[in-house]
Amino acid sequence: MASKVYDWLEERLGLSAIYSVTLDRKVPKVNWWFTLGSASLFLFIIQGVTGVFLAVYYVPSPDHAYDSIQYIMNGVAFGWLIRGIHHWGASLMVIFVFAHMLRTFFFGAYKFPRELTWITGVVLLLATLGMGFTGYLLPWNQRAYWATTVGTEIAGTVPLIGPFITAALRGGTDLSGVTLARFFAVHIWFLPAVILGMIGAHIYMIIRLGIAGIPDKDD
Amino acid sequence: MAKSPHLSRNEFVKIVVGAVGTLIGSVIAFPAVGYIVSPALAALRGGGKDTWIPVGPLENYPLGVPTLFSFTRTKINGWEKTTNSYGVYIYRKNETETVAFSNICTHLSCRVNWNEERQQYLCPCHNAQFTVDGLVAGGPPPRPMDQYLTKVEDGTLFINFVEG
Ligand code: HEM
Ligand code: FES
Repeated sequence: MASKVYDWLEERLGLSAIYSVTLDRKVPKVNWWFTLGSASLFLFIIQGVTGVFLAVYYVPSPDHAYDSIQYIMNGVAFGWLIRGIHHWGASLMVIFVFAHMLRTFFFGAYKFPRELTWITGVVLLLATLGMGFTGYLLPWNQRAYWATTVGTEIAGTVPLIGPFITAALRGGTDLSGVTLARFFAVHIWFLPAVILGMIGAHIYMIIRLGIAGIPDKDD
Repeated sequence: MAKSPHLSRNEFVKIVVGAVGTLIGSVIAFPAVGYIVSPALAALRGGGKDTWIPVGPLENYPLGVPTLFSFTRTKINGWEKTTNSYGVYIYRKNETETVAFSNICTHLSCRVNWNEERQQYLCPCHNAQFTVDGLVAGGPPPRPMDQYLTKVEDGTLFINFVEG
């Protein structure tokens, strides 16, 4: 029965081709450092799923943001677990993405023909850091408020356009409900969209080019 | 290879993967579903919770004249705190019998007022009239006025307020 269903789908969708292209690839002799990219991808998926769940109860308004998170922690079953995974996953993801970048750098995997893989990777790193920056404000507690005050102040030290950058980030002169709303939108819509697109391009190139092996003395 | 009566390695792996996969899946699904449905469960569990609210010494209320007592209740739902005010008409029929009527009209929830002259509760919205015993005397309401249970303890009157 199951195989009949599978055959029916296979005839129309060509599932086995997806499988062989994405997973049955030739891979050079590699080591554990080569798993960091997949680990980053896994963490991104975890962040996405737990984030969607947090959005069920979180309210991005100065009146309710803090209380809605208290509700998630104390009022809803397993809210502490979902928020905890999202909280720690955020730090882990930054660490893993960064370590993955170091491994591709030190193994020289960024060289021809993988320059674009590297460049999409740079965007992924920046977007991941942006997720951390925008997510940090959302609890709307003292730490979040002042960290973002300082962070947006630092962005203002850029010559000439600094004050404009600070005001653009804050959506005004001071941190306010406008800041919270735009950080929320960037955190759940803009940056995830960028990351998804970049992961798509990144992985397309990895599949197309294959991964670079461990360089030897002659490289 | 001849078909052996034992599990082949391939079949064994399939079964183990299926079992472990199901286990992991349910360990993930349980908190996920619980998280989403928990406000509904809390509502079912907490619904109809009641408290006895003291409304003052019984002797403060005159015999035979419905007297309004107002109070507020704060309700926390999720991250929202709402304070509602309620009115209750305390009507002492005689020395032993006391009734407490909600002043919420049973038609469409406007607040009714006791009219001493006409000896009726009148609703300003669609002209409902209720007798001193809360029965419908005219107008659109579908049922008599709602009542709170009452009790007297050490001379203090209590009404039974049902949450929700
Ligand atoms: C969300 C962040 C990222 C995800 C999900 C991700 C995912 C992956 C995956 C699954 C691979 C396959 C090989 C491996 O795992 O080592 C890979 C390869 C690669 N990544 Fe990333 N990556 C991310 C960020 C970055 C960053 C920040 C850089 C560098 C600036 C980068 C540069 C590369 C390069 C050059 C390769 C090719 C390696 C090779 O062909 O051997 N990636 N990435
Ligand atoms: S609400 Fe009282 S008469 Fe309609």
